[in-house]
Amino acid sequence: MAESHAHVHAHAHAAPTSFIRKYIFSLDHKVIGIQYWLLAMAAVIVGMALSLLMRLHLVWPTAQMSWLESIWPTGAAGGVMTPELYLGLMTMHGTIMVFFVLTTAPQSGFGNYALPIQIGAADMAFPTLNMLSFWVTFVGFIVALAAIFVTGGAPISGWTGYPPLSALPEAGPGQGAGQTLWIVSLAIFAVGSLLGALNFITTILDLRAKGLTLMRMPLTCWAWFVTAILALLAFAVLLAAGVLLLMDRTAGTSFFVPGGLVVSDKIINHSGGSPLLWQHLFWFFGHPEVYIAILPGMGVVSQILSTFARKPIYGYRAMVYAIVGIGILGFGVWGHHMFMSGMSPYTAVTFSVLTMAIGVPSAIKTFNWIGTLWGARIRFASPMMYAIAFVSVFVTGGLSGIFLGQPSVDFYFHDTYFVVAHFHLIMGVAAIYGMFAGTAYWFPKMFGRFMNEPINKIHCWVTFLGVYAIFGPMHYLGLAGHPRRYSELTGVKFLQPLEPLQYFITIAAIATITAQVLFLVNVFWSMFKGRRCQEENPWESTTLEWTVPSPPPHDNFAGVVPVVYRGPYEYSVPGASKDYLMQTDPEGAAKPAH
Amino acid sequence: MASTLAPPKPQTAGAGPPPGPPGGGFGDDPQPPPQPDEAAVALRRYRTGMWLAIGGITMVFAGFTSAYVVRKGLGADWRSISLPPLLGFNTAVLLASSVTLEAARRRSLEPAAGAWLAATAALGALFLGGQYLAWRELAARGVYLATNPSSSFFYLLTGAHALHLLGGVAALFTVALRVRLQRVWRRRRAAIEATALYWHSMDALWIYVLLLLLVGR
Repeated sequence: MAESHAHVHAHAHAAPTSFIRKYIFSLDHKVIGIQYWLLAMAAVIVGMALSLLMRLHLVWPTAQMSWLESIWPTGAAGGVMTPELYLGLMTMHGTIMVFFVLTTAPQSGFGNYALPIQIGAADMAFPTLNMLSFWVTFVGFIVALAAIFVTGGAPISGWTGYPPLSALPEAGPGQGAGQTLWIVSLAIFAVGSLLGALNFITTILDLRAKGLTLMRMPLTCWAWFVTAILALLAFAVLLAAGVLLLMDRTAGTSFFVPGGLVVSDKIINHSGGSPLLWQHLFWFFGHPEVYIAILPGMGVVSQILSTFARKPIYGYRAMVYAIVGIGILGFGVWGHHMFMSGMSPYTAVTFSVLTMAIGVPSAIKTFNWIGTLWGARIRFASPMMYAIAFVSVFVTGGLSGIFLGQPSVDFYFHDTYFVVAHFHLIMGVAAIYGMFAGTAYWFPKMFGRFMNEPINKIHCWVTFLGVYAIFGPMHYLGLAGHPRRYSELTGVKFLQPLEPLQYFITIAAIATITAQVLFLVNVFWSMFKGRRCQEENPWESTTLEWTVPSPPPHDNFAGVVPVVYRGPYEYSVPGASKDYLMQTDPEGAAKPAH
Repeated sequence: MASTLAPPKPQTAGAGPPPGPPGGGFGDDPQPPPQPDEAAVALRRYRTGMWLAIGGITMVFAGFTSAYVVRKGLGADWRSISLPPLLGFNTAVLLASSVTLEAARRRSLEPAAGAWLAATAALGALFLGGQYLAWRELAARGVYLATNPSSSFFYLLTGAHALHLLGGVAALFTVALRVRLQRVWRRRRAAIEATALYWHSMDALWIYVLLLLLVGR
């Protein structure tokens, strides 16, 4: 093996010894990855709590919860939620979930943890920048939390922050300090994401081990790579738009605020701006953002399906091209969020056709996942169950996307619960299942202990049934014309027959959220008390992170750089002595070299 | 792709080790010297990273540009402002700074590099001072940020550019200081190259901003 290993003389950095340098301001990509993952876990708890409050309010609008008043003295005076507080919770639920959960854990969390090891590097290309990215993101989260609790409460303009509502401090109770903090939080988050994206791309381009050509990279790495490119291009535009919006709010400019607006009987001193301009800029970011959320999950799921089906991924090259295709097309479909905002029908048709087109690579991926499972002797470990659940919710959510991509159909569905059901399934729940899968899969590598399998399986099933119970009926609500964002339903006559369905959804939401406690307890209990994972490769997987001890040493390969001889998914290789060949197994060698 | 190939080969392309002090190390045993490898790896990484950073910055300004074009197109309230003549002088200063920087970059491993870098930083600071005076001049004419969409974009674009240039001045100054104080700095060439790439790009960005303001005001 002497030829295949070369000693690295210049380590990226020495292992730290103090607690602060080791666990808080660490330069180690593995620690930073876990930090991102924990940040997302904290954020998802906040986001879930907000959604629970919303669901409770929807079906019991007059229920008195006196503790609410102690948090929001004006928003919940007398313990009853005001419509403005409901909208504030909605805004912050969306913002926290999209940015600090869906963007944070799949890309920055798992990407940071696994990417350098999977490509045979000792660390990311710029470790200090990496640490900076995390702490910038952390500050962004604190600012977002602050937006919930400032005087006036959280902003009410939704996670998309459409002006003029978001541009005028006098436009609503949360539109003062809360909205300003919201914009600042997004800007900070964008900066953190840009730094992270730059680091990811450089790492993949320049730090791959010998023999690891692009077409031998695991699909996880491909997904993180394309996601980082999307993030670099998209978050830059969000940052630009955020600066303009902030200037409209604080410096009196009129980029987005039109003239002649009257708010609270006062004429607003702005003129000539265009709210549509914000929508274009925002969705130019916003649509790639949904791929930023889902692509890493697709990568993780491809990896896991192949591993636990003990089969090569079906159509590796097609998978790579599909990821790249989704990345490219993802920048050409933003207008489908704006069919109702005033758009030339010709433009709408263009965006609609491109939206249909992006269904093609998505369908290729789905087809290949099913092809991978077809006829396999599947090992039903919990990562595999989560990954299969991902495929299910991705398909369900994707199909309703084809409805919404038609302008004429969207006119009816726009701003109804149908849209809520669609994006929660495809972007929220699917990405979350990707995170569950990634957590269960890499947990032994991260902590040297397994998660509790039976608890994970119960959690997977309850969540699976739960999310369908929540979001399935929402399609029906949307078909019935039920508008989204309404904080109270009792006064609206045509919604009254739909109230039982809303009750059902709330009950399902309570059950599903309760089930998440199982997962959280499992994570933290297993971290310290779980069954020990002694071996390097408990899942008999093929990629480089499974060649090093669990957990890996500080510089991943203990000063030895691996050499890669083959692609990432060589399972059930004919003639081999075992049913898989690691990427580091030398060419033609049927027996393991070690 | 990776530069950590099996046998230690002499670096032929680009990044040679600094001619540096005799002995080239601190009495390490006769293992292959780490400098060439680390310097080459760092150079490659820094270049890639910097190109990507420039890509991100370009997208920020692309966002501003599309807002500019759309907002001007809406235009009933758009009033063109006349640009302060001082901008011509500032542009000349900034172009000169790219020349001095190129002098530093081509001598990146020679002692003179530090002085050229410092000269570039000084010219950069002069440009920023000139931009400040240009803003003052506009303000004296009663043209403020919120006066008109045209002036809003003027302050936005010049301000955003100045902010990026300020970072460049800080980087140049830091690199110049390290070149002067630190005798052995393995990433010296990489740092100078990356800073130069950034600075030249910000120079080009300024030309773009200026043309945009001239044509589109």
